[in-house]
Amino acid sequence: MRDNATTRTTVRDGIAVGIATGAYGISFGAISVASGLDVWQSCALSLLVFTGASQFALVGVIGSGGAPALAALAGLLLGTRNTLYGLKVSPMLGWRGRRRVAAAHLLIDETTAMSITRTSREQARVGFLSTGLSIFALWNLATLAGALAGDSLGDPRTYGLDAAVGCAFLALLWPRLDSTHNRVAAVLGAAVALSVVPLTPSGVPVLAASVVAVGMALIARDDAPEEDR
Amino acid sequence: MIRLAVLGCAVGCYLLKLAGMSVPEWVLDHPILRRAADLLPVVLLAALVAVQVLVSRGADGPALSIDARLAGLAAAVGALLLRAPFVVVVFVAALTAALLRL
Repeated sequence: MRDNATTRTTVRDGIAVGIATGAYGISFGAISVASGLDVWQSCALSLLVFTGASQFALVGVIGSGGAPALAALAGLLLGTRNTLYGLKVSPMLGWRGRRRVAAAHLLIDETTAMSITRTSREQARVGFLSTGLSIFALWNLATLAGALAGDSLGDPRTYGLDAAVGCAFLALLWPRLDSTHNRVAAVLGAAVALSVVPLTPSGVPVLAASVVAVGMALIARDDAPEEDR
Repeated sequence: MIRLAVLGCAVGCYLLKLAGMSVPEWVLDHPILRRAADLLPVVLLAALVAVQVLVSRGADGPALSIDARLAGLAAAVGALLLRAPFVVVVFVAALTAALLRL
C-alpha cells in the first residue's frame, strides 16, 4: 500500500520534470533552425543525440560559423558527463543485456537526478523510466514544434534568437556555479575561449576552453571539495 | 556535412552513455580524470556563453563585439537570480535583445 503510494509520487515527479524539460525543447527547436539546421536535422538531434547540452553546443557552433566536425566534437565533449552518470546509475538500476542497451539512450542529467536519490532498486527504475520516457516524448514533440515555428519566423535576429542561444547555455551552466572552484573554472573557460577567437577558426575557441578543465584537474589538491555529480 | 555531424554526434553520445552504464566504476575512478570530467561541462558551457554573446562574424572572420546580445545576457542573469525556469530565461533574453533592436 505504502509502496504503491511511493510509486505514484515517483511517477508524478518524473512526469513533472518531463513537462518542464520538454518545454525547453521548443527553444532548442527554434534556436536550431535559427542556427542554420533544417527542421529534420533538428528533430534528428533530439531523437538520436537526446542530451540537451550537447545538442545546444552542436547547433551553437554551427550557428557561429564553425565547421560541422568541430560542432560534433563540442557535443561529444559535453556528452562525456553522461558516462559519469552511468557509473553511478547503472548499479542502482541493475539492468543487463538488451534493457541496459535501451536504457542507456535515456541516460541524461534529469533521469540521473530522479533515480540516484531513490532508496530501492524498484523506485530507482520507476524514477528513471517515468522521467526518461516523459522527457523523451515531450522533448521530441517540442523540438518539432519549435523548429517549425522558428522556420516560419524569418530573420532570427529580429526576435533576439541569437541572444537566446548564449542565454540557453547560461541557464544550463547556472546550477553548476554552486562552488568557488566551478565559478573560477567558468571564468577561466570563457577567458580562454575569447582570447583565442581572433587566432582560430570558429568552433575552436570553445574546444580550447577544455584545457582549463584538464589544467585545474591536474593542479587540484586531493582535499579540494568534490562535486556531487 | 551537417548531416554527418548530427549522426557522428548521435553515435558518439550514445556510446558515451552506454560505456557509463557498462564499465565497472573503478575503470574511470582516477581522481584527476573524475575532476576533469566534472569540470568539462562547466568550462565548455561558460565558453559557449562567452562566444555566443560576445563574438560576431565580420567580413574578415570572427571578432569580439558588444551589442544587444549582452543586454539579453544581463536580463537572463536577472531572470536566473529570480529563479525563473529555463524557458522564461531564454524568452526574456530574446525579448530584451529584440526590443533593443527596434
